[in-house]
Amino acid sequence: MSTMLTVDDLRVSFPTRTGLIEAVRGVSFTLGRERLGIVGESGSGKSQTGRAIMGLTPAHAKVSASKLNFAGIDLLTAPAKVRRSLRGSRIAMILQDPKYSLNPVMSIGRQIVETLRTHENVGKREARDRAIAMLEAVQIRDAGRVFDLHPHEVSGGMGQRAMIAMMLIAGPELLVADEPTSALDVTVQLEVLGILDKLVSERGMGLIFISHDLRLVSSFCDRVIVMYAGKIVEELVASDLGNAKHPYTQGLLNCMPTLGTDRHPLPVLDRQPEWAL
Amino acid sequence: MTAIVSAENLTVTYDDFLALDTVSIDVAPGESFGLVGESGSGKSTLLRAIAGLSPVTSGRIVLDGKPLDAKYRDKAFYRQVQMVFQDPYGSLHPRQTVDRLLQEPLAIHGVADAERRILRALDEVGLGSSFRFRYSHQLSGGQRQRIAIARALIIEPQIMLLDEPTSALDASVQAEVLNLLEQVRRDRKLTYIMVSHDLGVVTHMCERLAVMKNGKVVERLSSADLVAGRLSEDYTKNLMVASKGFVRNAVA
Repeated sequence: MSTMLTVDDLRVSFPTRTGLIEAVRGVSFTLGRERLGIVGESGSGKSQTGRAIMGLTPAHAKVSASKLNFAGIDLLTAPAKVRRSLRGSRIAMILQDPKYSLNPVMSIGRQIVETLRTHENVGKREARDRAIAMLEAVQIRDAGRVFDLHPHEVSGGMGQRAMIAMMLIAGPELLVADEPTSALDVTVQLEVLGILDKLVSERGMGLIFISHDLRLVSSFCDRVIVMYAGKIVEELVASDLGNAKHPYTQGLLNCMPTLGTDRHPLPVLDRQPEWAL
Repeated sequence: MTAIVSAENLTVTYDDFLALDTVSIDVAPGESFGLVGESGSGKSTLLRAIAGLSPVTSGRIVLDGKPLDAKYRDKAFYRQVQMVFQDPYGSLHPRQTVDRLLQEPLAIHGVADAERRILRALDEVGLGSSFRFRYSHQLSGGQRQRIAIARALIIEPQIMLLDEPTSALDASVQAEVLNLLEQVRRDRKLTYIMVSHDLGVVTHMCERLAVMKNGKVVERLSSADLVAGRLSEDYTKNLMVASKGFVRNAVA
């Protein structure tokens, strides 16, 4: 398996009035054409890891790494112009909430066409046809009608599919999905995951799937990285989740109420200070 | 069964849209009743109708044997019924300290002894008095939801309406908040009506539940039936499958 992305000792820190906040503290992993899950609680640094790869870290934050390499390009030293050309065309990102991440005053179709024409030199006619084909690929019925709708006119699940279509239209090699289904209903969640799964395997993309739901991630990904306080505490093959060794991973697995288990009260995480060391 | 809250043939319409279509539920005193369904199924509308926040077009709500007015709710009602909302980031006043937030319901209802009650409410939700003079932006999501619960509990209601109280929280924090809600219910013998789209959470918290779809109740069952898979509606079965996580090739 060829390695597409190499992350070695990635650090992201935010200077604040009260001192330096280290959001990501030495994260290392490699990614080939596979599905990698990153799991952790709010504030564990999982989203900042994804954003650092995308190059979307806020300007005042400091990013450092001994290696951050995507397909032979050193992302840390690459000029802004190169990163801009990568973003959207070769690395794409799906965000959590379609309500806030789509442009509210632009029709869905125009937003998809905009992405496509930014990265590829295609005519209007062809761009429209490809956008509609892409909307059909994410299982939107009546894609021609949805093309002309604005984001507020569609449901959350449909909006998320439109965003996936927008991100995939330029044919990226690496997709970073930051909680792509957390804002959706359980039933819609599975449909969206199904679509994502199909597209990733058909197109042979690499996927980084960021979520706080360990069970969902492990049912979807090949490998799972568990993060706590900016560090990787455990790396697992998804099918091997039952043998998780770190107490934090075990705690995350246990704290979800599931059907058919009667546990009152639910076990909660007993956070040990040494986990964060 | 003598119900403490019951909705009888409740209908709520927004312009031409039928959000609730002749829905009836009965909740016994001390019971925890769950409402499940996808977005737009009307589960939150039903809860809001009980709280007097949705425009009821027909049907009635009976509390403790007394029918309620369709629009107007008096103070005594809110003394008895309190609500906790989904989004802890949106439901607390950003410019008020925790102390001020907790004082508000006491002032509205003219409850004396504010000092002691605030300290007790904070203690009860496991936060302690050090949180008293913080602003909500200084708290995490789980801590905010605890404050929202404390605010609802402080005037000692009998019925709590919980609208997805944990769906904005991390899995690990969700467990803490669910344990807190169970504990309070046990200590105070409260009645809960809880809305959630997560079957795991609802079966954990509630004894009976109603499954809603398109503004109607499609199935009523006990949690034990649900766990044992004694379901009659296909829609409930779909929800069951969905709650088990992603299975490759399960979605065509």
